[in-house]
Amino acid sequence: MQSPSVHDFFDFNSLLSDEERQVRESVREFVSSEIQPVIRDYYRKGEFPRHLAKPFGELGLLGSNLDGYGCPGLNNVAYGLIMTELEYCDSGIRSFVSVQGALVMYPIYSFGSEEQKKKYLPKLATGEMIGCFGLTEPDYGSDPSGMITRAEKVDGGYKLNGRKMWITNASLADVAVVWAKLDGVVRGFLIEKKTQGFTAKPMHGKLSLRASDTSEILLDDCVVSEDALLPKSAGLKSPLSCLTQARYGIAWGVMGAALACFNESLEYAKGRIMFDKPIAGFQLTQNKFAEMMTEITKMQLLLVQLGRLKDAGKMHHAQVSLAKRNNCYQALQIARSGREILGANGIMDDYVCMRHAANLESVITYEGTHEIHTLVLGQSATGISAFQ
Amino acid sequence: MKIAILLKQVPVKDATLELSGDNTWIDEDDVQFEINDSDHYGLAEALNIAKANDGEVTVVTMGPDRVKDSIKQALAKGAHKAIHIDDEEMSSTDPLTRAKVIAEAIKDENFDLILSGLQSDDFGYGQTGVLIAEILGMPHATLVVETEILEGKIKVKRELEGGWFQNAELPLPALLSIQSGLTDIPYATIKGIMMAKKKPVAEVDADDLGVDLDTGAFKLQKIYTPVKSKETVVLDGDADSIVSQLIDKLKNEAKVL
Repeated sequence: MQSPSVHDFFDFNSLLSDEERQVRESVREFVSSEIQPVIRDYYRKGEFPRHLAKPFGELGLLGSNLDGYGCPGLNNVAYGLIMTELEYCDSGIRSFVSVQGALVMYPIYSFGSEEQKKKYLPKLATGEMIGCFGLTEPDYGSDPSGMITRAEKVDGGYKLNGRKMWITNASLADVAVVWAKLDGVVRGFLIEKKTQGFTAKPMHGKLSLRASDTSEILLDDCVVSEDALLPKSAGLKSPLSCLTQARYGIAWGVMGAALACFNESLEYAKGRIMFDKPIAGFQLTQNKFAEMMTEITKMQLLLVQLGRLKDAGKMHHAQVSLAKRNNCYQALQIARSGREILGANGIMDDYVCMRHAANLESVITYEGTHEIHTLVLGQSATGISAFQ
Repeated sequence: MKIAILLKQVPVKDATLELSGDNTWIDEDDVQFEINDSDHYGLAEALNIAKANDGEVTVVTMGPDRVKDSIKQALAKGAHKAIHIDDEEMSSTDPLTRAKVIAEAIKDENFDLILSGLQSDDFGYGQTGVLIAEILGMPHATLVVETEILEGKIKVKRELEGGWFQNAELPLPALLSIQSGLTDIPYATIKGIMMAKKKPVAEVDADDLGVDLDTGAFKLQKIYTPVKSKETVVLDGDADSIVSQLIDKLKNEAKVL
């Protein structure tokens, strides 16, 4: 019996279809040729590689699991594998694609009118247009129901006032999906960037997700026409359903970051000689690899089943919470362990572990913090909500 | 315009290779395969020519079942259909025999243009394409780095040695072997991958083409890893004697003088 591959210890590969494997290979090829060579520079500059939007669109990565309106209708396991391959390079790159697909195209697809879908989805799918999703506010993060942003009915449309924060892609976006209370009910609005009263301002000083745009949105008597309202959005459950989509992608994505850190630190440990032998031969180092392999294997098996449930229409949001919570936490531990194995070299950006660890500090926080997902699972277990 | 791309599947470049038990091939168990590098560029060029000339690209691949992955990849990148010459036994590595098989399988397709890579990354004979052209009675050009379709003919730029190039025109149908790097290799798009499933792949059995697979122009007896050897000779005697021995060795053994 041959030893199993260290990168795929339980033959996760055999659970994938030919088509799923092909999608993974193609994205892997693209990422390794087009993004890996430049990611470090963009991370240093604190800038998203904007030129990637159209190639992402040409490849079909934007809204890839939606069907129609220029989207290919890929299954959710293949969609997840795309997220893994992107985040193998950088969480900021995956964030861009997650936001565009799960937080901009998905709400237009699910809550938009036919006209809105025809107007926006094909251009968002090709990367000709970039979108963002404005839900979080400076004082309302984990508790979005308290949002202050208001929309009021005015002649021929709506007037919005408020402020959104931590918004990925907002400064790059041609259209923003903004959530605001209209007569006390949370509704979604599509606001184009040139609309008067709409301003996006990049947030500076990030030590994480540096290759991703994070901005504030200011709405100051921002008047939009009636057709800017997403007609089928109704209450907080609408944006929360978008977050379930995005969290699903994150759960897959962080496995990529974990694999990158595992691979890098393993190669390093096999080649780094200390006390006349490779550091991979020391028990303390081997313990780290044993933990990493175990956790990556668990992620792989958990994710493929989550994807199959989603494709069968049987996925519950609490299952996504479990996957997002577990995988972000474990990926972060793996990135930190990888950094430790790299020793002093690990703090340099010639190596990826510390960049991934820094990114994962955001990823474990956004789209529902680790703590909030803990409470979601607590509620599932006990039937008692800790929020209220 | 009907274009064929002869595409071979070879072990990935950084694969760790172990010899098979009978020492005539590698042990394939733990090896990953990919499209041969220059064939990949040939595919990209075929797709470009087809796009500009309303053409259709057929992938032609010979080999065991595993080569279907490469066929699917080529179809996902935009090729229209494929012919898989099934050769489960990998019966012969002789380029002439293989050329006869492939020529027989495609002779009735009446391709206007056949492209192959310059050479395969495994055996590296660089002959199969040219031999097919000879068998099918077509003009051929090797080491092609640029193409331009003209009325009933094709203009090519060939890479020669020492930084020289040759421009030539060939009447169609013709066969070209393509040098790596002449154009960008496209990525398989998600839509391409999904559409590839519906594209036709004709299966032809190598045994059914009436070519004698067992008696080729040559037969591969054995492959082996290079044997490392080191021999040190100490020259004795006085300085004059050592110098004359050394000159003798440099002249007659090392042949560097």
